[in-house]
Amino acid sequence: MAETIVPQEHEVAHHFDDLEQEFQSHRMGMWLFLASEIMMFGALLVGGFILMYRFPGAFAEGRAHLDWRLGTINTFFLLTSGYTMALAAMHGQRGNQSAVRRNLWLSLLFAAGFLVVKFFEYSAKFHHGTLPGKYFTAAGFSDPHAHVFFGFYFVATGLHVLHVLIGMGLMVWCLFVSRKVKFTRAYITPVEMSGLYWALIDLVWFILFPLLYLVG
Amino acid sequence: MSAHQENINYLKARKGFLNWIVTVDHKRIGLMYLASIIFFFIAGGTYAFLFRMELWSPLQGFMTSDTYNHLFTMHGVIMVFLVVVPGIPGALGNFLLPIQLGAKDLAFPKLNITSLYLYWGGATLALFSLTQGRADSGWTFYAPYSLSQNPAVLWMLTAAFILGFSSILTGLNFIVTIHKMRAPGMTWFRLPLFVWALYATGIMQVFATPVLAITLVLLLVENFLHIGIFDPALGGDPIMMQHFFWFYSHPAVYIIVVPAFGVVSELIATFSRKTIFGYKFIAFSSVAITIIGFLVWGHHMFVAGQSDVAVTIFSFLTFFTAVPSAIKVFNWTTTLYQGSIKLTTPMLYALQFLFNFTIGGLTGIILGILSVDIHLHDTYFVVSHFHYVAMGSTMIAFIGGIYYWWPKMTGKMFNETWGRIGAVLVFIGFNVTFFVQLIMGSQGSPRRYYHYLDQFQIYHQISTVGVVILALGLFTALFNLLISLRTGATAPQNPWGARTLEWTHAATPPVLYNFTETPIVTEGPYDYPVEKV
Amino acid sequence: MNSMETTKTFWLPDQASTFAGRVDWAFDLFLWISTFFFVLVVGLIALFVIKHRRRRPDQMASGQMAHNTMLETTWTVVPLLIVMGLFFIGMRGWWHMRIAPSNSIAIDVVGMKWKWTFNYMQGFSNDTLVVPVHQPVRLRITSTDVIHSFYIPNFRTKVDAVPGRYQALWFEATKTGVFPVLCTQYCGTSHSYMITAVKVVERAEYDTWLSDAASASGGDVAPDAFGATVYSKRGCNACHTVDGSAGIGPTWKGIWDHHVKLADGSTVEVNAAYIKQSVQDPTSQVVEGFPPIMPSYKGILSDREIEAVTAYIQTLK
Ligand code: HEA
Ligand code: HEA
Ligand code: HEC
Ligand code: CUA
Ligand SMILES: [Cu+2]
Repeated sequence: MAETIVPQEHEVAHHFDDLEQEFQSHRMGMWLFLASEIMMFGALLVGGFILMYRFPGAFAEGRAHLDWRLGTINTFFLLTSGYTMALAAMHGQRGNQSAVRRNLWLSLLFAAGFLVVKFFEYSAKFHHGTLPGKYFTAAGFSDPHAHVFFGFYFVATGLHVLHVLIGMGLMVWCLFVSRKVKFTRAYITPVEMSGLYWALIDLVWFILFPLLYLVG
Repeated sequence: MSAHQENINYLKARKGFLNWIVTVDHKRIGLMYLASIIFFFIAGGTYAFLFRMELWSPLQGFMTSDTYNHLFTMHGVIMVFLVVVPGIPGALGNFLLPIQLGAKDLAFPKLNITSLYLYWGGATLALFSLTQGRADSGWTFYAPYSLSQNPAVLWMLTAAFILGFSSILTGLNFIVTIHKMRAPGMTWFRLPLFVWALYATGIMQVFATPVLAITLVLLLVENFLHIGIFDPALGGDPIMMQHFFWFYSHPAVYIIVVPAFGVVSELIATFSRKTIFGYKFIAFSSVAITIIGFLVWGHHMFVAGQSDVAVTIFSFLTFFTAVPSAIKVFNWTTTLYQGSIKLTTPMLYALQFLFNFTIGGLTGIILGILSVDIHLHDTYFVVSHFHYVAMGSTMIAFIGGIYYWWPKMTGKMFNETWGRIGAVLVFIGFNVTFFVQLIMGSQGSPRRYYHYLDQFQIYHQISTVGVVILALGLFTALFNLLISLRTGATAPQNPWGARTLEWTHAATPPVLYNFTETPIVTEGPYDYPVEKV
Repeated sequence: MNSMETTKTFWLPDQASTFAGRVDWAFDLFLWISTFFFVLVVGLIALFVIKHRRRRPDQMASGQMAHNTMLETTWTVVPLLIVMGLFFIGMRGWWHMRIAPSNSIAIDVVGMKWKWTFNYMQGFSNDTLVVPVHQPVRLRITSTDVIHSFYIPNFRTKVDAVPGRYQALWFEATKTGVFPVLCTQYCGTSHSYMITAVKVVERAEYDTWLSDAASASGGDVAPDAFGATVYSKRGCNACHTVDGSAGIGPTWKGIWDHHVKLADGSTVEVNAAYIKQSVQDPTSQVVEGFPPIMPSYKGILSDREIEAVTAYIQTLK
């Protein structure tokens, strides 16, 4: 893509004294937001563990129906995109605008890969009828609570996918910003914030993946 | 924007309805919160008024039991999620926090207006639920009752979910602002105690509210998909739902009351011209209450069927949250000592707060005593306890705060005589309404009862008489404020002789960016001189 | 039912169980402590407001005390000690409520919208609770729909009835009379009508009532039909089938008059005596091929019920 637009220096918002204050504020805000997200996912996961403890049979059986290989591929996609997001932030600090953009595109690509795999996983579930709760129609499960596992599976991964989509939205936004504003050592706020957010998405997955696909 | 525009009063800076709706100015957002919250306070109060009328007689009066159940549910949800939780931070916090810090705005002005939109969105859904049937789950949404497929309950859950996000974003915004936006010289120990209180509140909003969010999501999912997480018929665990709910809702009671602590500290200092006794203690204890407050949720579930060990630990920890509150009361009382005390309208509310909070807190302690709570749980004793702390303390402090900052916000002075009359009526009305509930509660009258044993009729009748007085007082207070908008004298910059920045450095009403030049802070918020003899 | 009374004293209802004394003592103790602190706080406020009122508009404070370590330590330590004391009092009172004496009689309670059902071990149920005075009673409480809560103000006791769970609650009534039983967990339309009574009677009266009620509920049906009720109502059907198929325990079909092989190698004829022993002391004669997991129903099934079961088994040819 030809660099026709010359990115401008970022302008500090009116209520901040300087760039540093603005950046520190955004960073702190993001961390607090992540803390809040962690509390939310944390509670969900506690719920998941309690369910696993109550219905070990359902979890074992349900888990056998998930393909851990697909899960592993997705873990790989998320890890790599997390890495490229970090690269983007690093290049941003060095003022290397085109490297930032390249890495953002790569991250987007891997994130999309994650979604594609998830799409196949979900459609397989729809096909087999291993759906949550009352939509559970699959045959061949011996545990009467097998539907609980899939209920939890869909709630947890669904919420996670929603976050992936938001994360991708943030990447697109960064790409957008990168055409207008020059990243410098002092100003890489959008990329760093999106990277932090993406790290949360990775983190949640690292707990969900073993809980749903592996342990037990 | 021209320099001229920056230096005129924020109310006049940009005119027109649209400019209010899309504003990012924290002062205007604060006022819009204030108006919304008063609206919902009247709505919630009207619900209470109606069902208190019904309770005049033990038998059916003018409504059915389903209507009654619907009314107290709406009352509870509106009062908690639309009035007291967003209340002080949304209205007073938004308006004052940046000014008290010497900043131009909150750290994230756009996020701030987003919070308000979310509040409105949630409020709209809550009202919309009225068209979908009658929400009747109680404000606690306990499963499996709330899994009854009642569409109105589902809309209510969604509304509460959205309101949760509004609350998280406000808390986040405040914390960052307090950390990063303080004027030169505004050290942590020069922060007004109102700011400290908002800080502690922010921590709870950010860390506890998401748990409510996920609980509500799971309840919704359970309703739609029947996954079997909370519904015992499907193998789920209804007690788990209660743990999730109270993990938020206990901290929420401190989200409710801690900002009121902050308001009261300001009022007492100003109207006794005293430095706050034990400033650091009051500042830190709010934060301490916050942290311990995360560990005591199980005291709402002593009879619900948790393990005996859990119950014992929850009771133990409950008492630890009480001690810092007790100390605060002593600190405020001692602050009055040697002061130069003036019983203005705001001060009357502050003293009422102390009176009511002492009763509310002490009844909380009785509820924490395990063996006694087995008897008192889910009786009117609990109802009375939390009205003493939520209405009698929080709302009272809130109204006091509105009175105190009204001149700053609107530029008008209110009528002092009518203000005092309102305050006294509120005091009498409130205590008549709720003190008798302590008695009938300890005698064993359960809450959420449309129909009750005959022996409790006299108490219910006294309580209903009380609410008439209370409503009269509240309307007097409200009209007194509204009338001042037309007839009130123009307020001077610092009518109370207070020492915090909004009075000493900001114009009345403040200019668009609060200060014409950034204030430089050289002394504490309560450095009052001593009378020379 | 509406005219039922719970109260005699100002704050707390009439005491009618062994818990009431302890609970009320803790309540009263803290009521007085509260009164003390309340009067102290409000009294000081009134005193300061009067004494230090502003007499001239420009009057400043006469002092600016910001600290006083003595004071602050005192009012931290004293409340702390008080609440720790309260914690122990509350905890001990509560532990007392948790451990039912071993000589308790057991009654099952089921809450549903919007009534309470009391299932007596003698195989009948009733919609009021009748208990002997001075006798520990242990309730096993559950619900069939939403959460209810079982509350007897005069006994100072309460526990939630949670669907899918059994919660225990015990008490020992100390005086005869009729006391209200209320539902204190919000359960919908008629939550506030979910009221019944506990009737505390003398031992002898209780015994007559019990046998009358038991025979009334089974007396007018044939023993084998009553046996079928016992089979399904008292949970035998969880383990025993009556159609010959395998269950956790041996089927009852066709065992009457036959010989069964026991785990110790001996054989025994299935007759009334054997059935009675199997019910009251299952582990004494364990059928070969089955684990010794059947609970003892000694003291839970009455003789009449065991006879009914025996009659029922006879019909299962
Ligand atoms: C603003 C809200 C608020 C506040 C501040 C509090 C404060 C406290 N609450 Fe309350 N509470 C509620 C709101 C609040 N509560 C609500 C809404 C419910 C019911 C919800 C529902 O079921 O619908 C509830 C219910 C509730 C229960 C459950 C009752 C039940 O359902 O069985 C318990 C039990 O422990 C409890 C305890 C306490 C305690 C110990 C405090 C303490 O923090 C109080 C501390 C204050 C003081 C101690 C006062 C000052 C003291 C002195 C001046 C004197 C000296 C003190 C000593 C000697 C110790 N509360
Ligand atoms: C937290 C806030 C809060 C507030 C402020 C109130 C305020 C009041 N509450 Fe409520 N209440 C709850 C929270 C609150 N309540 C909750 C959570 C429940 C439990 C619900 C459940 O069980 O699920 C409950 C339940 C509840 C019950 C028990 C119902 C039952 O169990 O059957 C009763 C009974 O008397 C009651 C009464 C009242 C009354 C008379 C007021 C009065 O104080 C109301 C006074 C207000 C007005 C009359 C309106 C007039 C207002 C103005 C004119 C505005 C003035 C404005 C300015 C001056 C700026 N409430
Ligand atoms: C927890 C499962 C369980 C329940 C509930 C149960 N039983 Fe049993 N029962 C068993 C088992 C296992 C055996 C075989 C081992 C033994 O004899 O102890 C058995 C054996 C018996 C026998 C001997 C049968 C034979 O073939 O010799 C009788 C009679 C009997 N039970 C009656 C009852 C009655 C009456 C009830 C209900 C009031 C009841 N049981 C409830 C598990 C149970
Ligand atoms: Cu059953 Cu309330
Ligand atoms: Cu609590």
